[in-house]
Amino acid sequence: MALVKFDDFSYKYYGADSLALKKINLTIDNGEYVVITGPSGCGKTTLCRAINGLVPRFHRGYIAGHVYVDEKDTREHEVAHFAAIAGLVFQNPENQLVTLNVEKEIAFGPENLGVNPVEVRRRVEEIIDLLDLEHLRDKHPHEMSGGEQQRVAMAATLALNPQILVADEPTSNLDPKSAEKILEIISTLNKRGMTVVLVEHRLDLVAKEATRVVLMDRGRIVADGTPTEVLVADICQDIGVGIPKATEIYKRLNAKGLRLGSVPLTGEELALLIQEGTV
Amino acid sequence: MIILEDVEYSYDGIYTALRGVTLQVDRGESVAIMGTNGAGKTTLIKHFNGLLRPQAGNVFLEGKDTSQMSVAEMAKIVGLVFQNPDHQLFLESCKKEIAFGLKNLGFTQEEAEERCDQTLSRLGLEGFAERSPFALSGGERKRVALASVLATEPDVLALDEPTIGQDARQKESLARMLMEMNKKGRTVIVVTHDIEFVIEHFPRTIAMSDGQIVADGDTSSVLTHEEVLERCSLTLPQMTQAAKALRHRFDNVSDRLASLSDIESIATTLLEGA
Ligand SMILES: Nc1ncnc2c1ncn2[C@@H]1O[C@H](COP(=O)(O)OP(=O)(O)OP(=O)(O)O)[C@@H](O)[C@H]1O
Ligand SMILES: Nc1ncnc2c1ncn2[C@@H]1O[C@H](COP(=O)(O)OP(=O)(O)OP(=O)(O)O)[C@@H](O)[C@H]1O
Ligand SMILES: [Mg+2]
Ligand SMILES: [Mg+2]
Repeated sequence: MALVKFDDFSYKYYGADSLALKKINLTIDNGEYVVITGPSGCGKTTLCRAINGLVPRFHRGYIAGHVYVDEKDTREHEVAHFAAIAGLVFQNPENQLVTLNVEKEIAFGPENLGVNPVEVRRRVEEIIDLLDLEHLRDKHPHEMSGGEQQRVAMAATLALNPQILVADEPTSNLDPKSAEKILEIISTLNKRGMTVVLVEHRLDLVAKEATRVVLMDRGRIVADGTPTEVLVADICQDIGVGIPKATEIYKRLNAKGLRLGSVPLTGEELALLIQEGTV
Repeated sequence: MIILEDVEYSYDGIYTALRGVTLQVDRGESVAIMGTNGAGKTTLIKHFNGLLRPQAGNVFLEGKDTSQMSVAEMAKIVGLVFQNPDHQLFLESCKKEIAFGLKNLGFTQEEAEERCDQTLSRLGLEGFAERSPFALSGGERKRVALASVLATEPDVLALDEPTIGQDARQKESLARMLMEMNKKGRTVIVVTHDIEFVIEHFPRTIAMSDGQIVADGDTSSVLTHEEVLERCSLTLPQMTQAAKALRHRFDNVSDRLASLSDIESIATTLLEGA
């Protein structure tokens, strides 16, 4: 069975007028790198919360259908059960950070999972090094810059060593170099077998590494395919989702009858395709 | 007009978040502040409305030394939107959140309601007036925080990461609002990591690293300066990368900051000629 399976899943927050998720059917297999995108308010965060059980167990509301994670129905198991399987990086990092300093924050998750202390220490050091957090080690998570907090939130989730990394706009506060670096790390972990579900508005940053893009609108999935398939489709512009500039150029050239060999997602790819087209 | 002279600030007395920052922003300018995480951008703009006070150096607002001004006085001139909307929103409905600032500035109930509705609708929040700001998506929350300041149309807008959580369409309508206010003479200052947003809408960029201003000038020259990019953790935008890669092959391609239409016309010429 798939690692994550949404089976006709609908959800409405307590007190809300409309459904945040409407009859979602979605399966995610081991090893995929899925980018979830769509207009603000379309249900991306709610979908992430449903993968690690926060919806419906922490955020109460109306629910229909089922979500199975690692073959277990999220309605029937505690949130804690899914913590080790699906690690969520919150959209607002400050809401995720609960301890008194960065080092403790990173250790907190694995300690709660009962990982042995020697292994916890090893992970903490490895991740501090990997994410360049040495200078922040002793800082209070609420006395840092927005981008620093976001890196720490990512670190704390990676320390759980989750089977699925669910990252909700994990680069929104990061400077461009730091965003590149974090996305590189995620992509490396994906190649080593970690399944990735990542929410992002700026598709130019993530499209080239993803294996799949799921496009949402008003609580529904409206497109699902490879990055090039989805991004080249007109529905993106129709619902107000930004596509990489390189892909946009491809579409504009296409409309003039000028065909490039394939759909570019980055500036370099575009340049290469234009050169190929002129020889 | 805002003037900072050799401003220094440290949160804890050990690490210095601002190390001698000097800058001038004239009335009616639109300026982007970019740079490395932890460079001091948020710390800097909190000096514009008196939320933080310089530990050394001076801040002048409209020609007045701000050490003589209260936060309330400064906040009438400078409207600040926080990086994290959680630090800004505290009332039980979006409407109250937005009316709060308007009433403080002496708007009548009627005027306040009209402005509130207008601002909500322009930011894609129609029908949100009665909703709680605590039961919204991340991007929606950020827009409510923006709305509460934009509705008051202050002389100076200082917005910390206004595009966080926004899709392309919302970003576009936000930009349109900011540019309209700028045309009416308002000063617009944004802190952002969004290079495309800066290139499209802000003629001047200040780049920061490690508590200092590394570069301050034309966006197109600041954002193509290799050393500045390196020091301030910035990257070249996609179209400029494409232009650079094409330049190796075609000498009629310029290396300045390229826009979508620049690359489109270069590609059209090259491909049609082939
Ligand atoms: N706690 C809540 N109570 C009631 N409604 C909510 C709550 N959180 C979110 N919503 C609503 O549910 C819908 C989906 O929200 P969600 O946070 O999943 O959107 P999103 O796609 O993540 O948006 P964004 O890109 O702005 O973060 C939105 O209409 C939102 O207003
Ligand atoms: N409340 C605080 N207490 C102590 N140190 C702080 C506090 N807020 C920020 N700092 C530190 O001050 C420095 C500057 O932070 P600031 O928030 O101004 O950075 P920034 O440029 O806005 O970064 P980002 O792009 O990540 O938002 C950072 O090193 C940060 O760790
Ligand atoms: Mg969200
Ligand atoms: Mg900041």
